[in-house]
Amino acid sequence: MMTINPYATLAETISPSVIQAFILVMLALIVIGTAVQMIHHKNVTYFFNNAKKAKLAAERELGVGEKTSVILKTVVHDIATTAELGVGKRRVAHVMGMYGTILFWVASVVLVFGYTGQGTPTSTVWPMIWHVGAIMTCVGGYWFWLFLRVDVLAEAHPWYRVIKADLFVLALLACATTGLAWSYFQSSGSTGLGYLFLILFITSNIVLFGGVYWSKFAHMIYKPGAAIQKNLAEADGSRDNLPPLADAPKQFGLGIKREQPKHY
Amino acid sequence: MSTFVYMTRCDGCGHCVDICPSDIMHIDENIRRAVNIEPNFCWECYSCVKACPNHAIDVRGYADFAPMGHSVRVRREEEKGTISWKIKFRNGTTKDFVSPITTKPWGKFIPKLAEGEKVKEGEINTQALYTEPKGLNIDGELPSVPKDSFKKGVYY
Repeated sequence: MMTINPYATLAETISPSVIQAFILVMLALIVIGTAVQMIHHKNVTYFFNNAKKAKLAAERELGVGEKTSVILKTVVHDIATTAELGVGKRRVAHVMGMYGTILFWVASVVLVFGYTGQGTPTSTVWPMIWHVGAIMTCVGGYWFWLFLRVDVLAEAHPWYRVIKADLFVLALLACATTGLAWSYFQSSGSTGLGYLFLILFITSNIVLFGGVYWSKFAHMIYKPGAAIQKNLAEADGSRDNLPPLADAPKQFGLGIKREQPKHY
Repeated sequence: MSTFVYMTRCDGCGHCVDICPSDIMHIDENIRRAVNIEPNFCWECYSCVKACPNHAIDVRGYADFAPMGHSVRVRREEEKGTISWKIKFRNGTTKDFVSPITTKPWGKFIPKLAEGEKVKEGEINTQALYTEPKGLNIDGELPSVPKDSFKKGVYY
């Protein structure tokens, strides 16, 4: 199952151009949903107003080289390893889910556009990446959803309480889970179950990408933006009006930060 | 006035929920970020502001002594044992302060309060406590919270 391209098998009954068109529609839904959300929630307006304020409060002007270095450091440290979440389970779960999702989506695009349909080569590596990505998404995502969500962990709500904020994570988990199930049943010859999970896979994709406006999908775009702005503000001295770091050695260990919040 | 949360900075970790003495910092159900659910009950103790690892919480000062355009922000660095304040006035004047919050490693040299003065036998029957224990409206023992359930770094 792991080395079989599920889209190539599907292309025996559905035209590859239909599958490709579906992916393009999903991409368009991301762009439209994010743009409409940004206009409606005024995220970008807030972001640029904040950046303007930070520029006014800056103690020194950053050169292009310095700015590039800060942005690169942010991308490598803050964004690629979600340093914002500190050290702990939340960060591990997030990193696993994030890279799993990226692998899953990239592999989907590569498989559909490069290895699906008559006359295209077969690959064993990309289907493997697709499956591993989906499994990583499931592990990180279910770990987060069942145990680590702050309102489960800190507010003592039961794990099965579903609210609007869960739309993104649940749709993503449904995509990865039903995708894996579809691939498994299709490769094992269970046609009926294969089709059932294919329909669920398509539905969860439509919900995930069609629900960008209502879900937390766009955080993938504006969270990195906010991290870059925060680090630029640290570098130019404006620091969102925060005081500078104290000039003292780290010698007393951790106090209240020793334990993650979980007492509710 | 009360605390408020910068949504782009908050990651919903829950440190503010843990530390708020009024139990009014909660996690919003829809956006899963911290929110002050009862601003009127906030006494601006700054506990959450100092505890927030992302500096996502700020306080709006009362307009009579802290007019619009001001800023009072704080950075608590517990490993360094320091707390730094930056006060920014409306005319742009800024003042920076750094103070120690500990001079010893956290979690060591905790005063042994439990070994202090013991309650005197028979005190419960004095006139000063004439309504107790009946007035406490409890049956039997006083309620207690096991000490091992306290958050690390919080000492009693």
